[in-house]
Amino acid sequence: MTRGIEKKYVQLLRDYLAGQGEDQLYDAQQLGKWLLLQDISPEEMIDLHGRALEYLGDVPEFVRASFSILTEVMIEYGNEHRSVTSMRSKHKQFQSEMAVASAMQKSLVPQELPVYPDVEIGLVSVAAKQISGDYYNIVTHDDGRLCLTISDITGKGISAAMCMSMLKYAMESLGDMLHGPDEMLRHLNRVVERNIDPSMFVTMLFGCYDTQKHRFRYAVAGHEPGFVYRAKEGRFYDMEGKGMALGICSDSHYQEYEVHLDVGDVLILLTDGVTERKIGRYYLHRDELVSYLEAELGTSAQVMADNLYSKLLLLSQFELPDDYTMMILRRT
Amino acid sequence: MDLTMNITRNETEHLVSLSGDVDAFTGPKAKEAIMTSVETPGVAVVVVDLSQVEYMDSTGIGIFIGVMKACKQVGCDFVVQNLPSRVERLFRITGLYDLVSIRKGESE
Repeated sequence: MTRGIEKKYVQLLRDYLAGQGEDQLYDAQQLGKWLLLQDISPEEMIDLHGRALEYLGDVPEFVRASFSILTEVMIEYGNEHRSVTSMRSKHKQFQSEMAVASAMQKSLVPQELPVYPDVEIGLVSVAAKQISGDYYNIVTHDDGRLCLTISDITGKGISAAMCMSMLKYAMESLGDMLHGPDEMLRHLNRVVERNIDPSMFVTMLFGCYDTQKHRFRYAVAGHEPGFVYRAKEGRFYDMEGKGMALGICSDSHYQEYEVHLDVGDVLILLTDGVTERKIGRYYLHRDELVSYLEAELGTSAQVMADNLYSKLLLLSQFELPDDYTMMILRRT
Repeated sequence: MDLTMNITRNETEHLVSLSGDVDAFTGPKAKEAIMTSVETPGVAVVVVDLSQVEYMDSTGIGIFIGVMKACKQVGCDFVVQNLPSRVERLFRITGLYDLVSIRKGESE
């Protein structure tokens, strides 16, 4: 602590003892804030107070001696203060690392949705926290295929972001080998199984939509497949699909499924942040979700996805406990 | 909501009964308790009762996958019993239902 501060403190104390004014009390509060910013510990402050008393007059021996007790007691407060300061600094560092991971994660998903003359795509993906455990991708191919991935990684945070990066690059390299969706998941499962923590797993639906023949071929790994709306019948159906989540067994095999879309038909792919939604004291029921989807059928795929997200957010009183992703594909 | 656990032990079988929510916050506590049973010398069967579980998320499912893998390594049987319908649905969707022994306990 500098001599300047010591002199000012002596002056402050002297003025207060002379008149006991409100101004000095206010100055003392400001000084306290400043000392905290300067990282001055409580025991240093007590030491300063003791020295200031010596400047002001004869200090009785018992008062002087009592400072030793007070100093010892305040050392613990000082330790606590230092640990809070250190935690605050670590927290700042953690926040900045999370911001980097979050930015990296955003770079892993497509920034723009592709546009086709007779297929609309709608998408809403919202993270419950800074880093999402949901992963999606939309990749267009020259032969007219549109490959869709929707996936949920156990846990959130940095481990989810790193796993997501592994999924994206593994899928890119496997995609070049032109496997079908079942083969893609079989190979991807081996990569995931070898490279993630034993308690982690990934659920995924991966499929390719043929924009010429309007046929969606897909495979499922531990993921709820979603819905298909048949315009001619005016009905929603649960999409078929079953398969072991990625990362559980090294030798899992997957089955390929196929859905053909006629004009007006809609595919709805989602993560459990949509279906495992708690509305008040109960969970969102499948029929309820379908009725909300039905209410949005006259709109574009993107408006449908946006409106459904708003509707569910409103119903759950603006709480989003889990990451939420919904992808909508509509043949126009 | 919190998670409470009750463990009944005999020489060869441990029964871990979970009650409440199994999620990212409570999961590590449940995993530690179950893994302690798995790693106890002489224990041949570890049973986890889920009848009182009100909520489980994917972190909870992850715990059972981790325990299942650990049981395979030490040669211990892992049984899950009394799955509430929502938990059973998660087990079925992820494929875990076909991998672990599922049984209906005395309470059913």
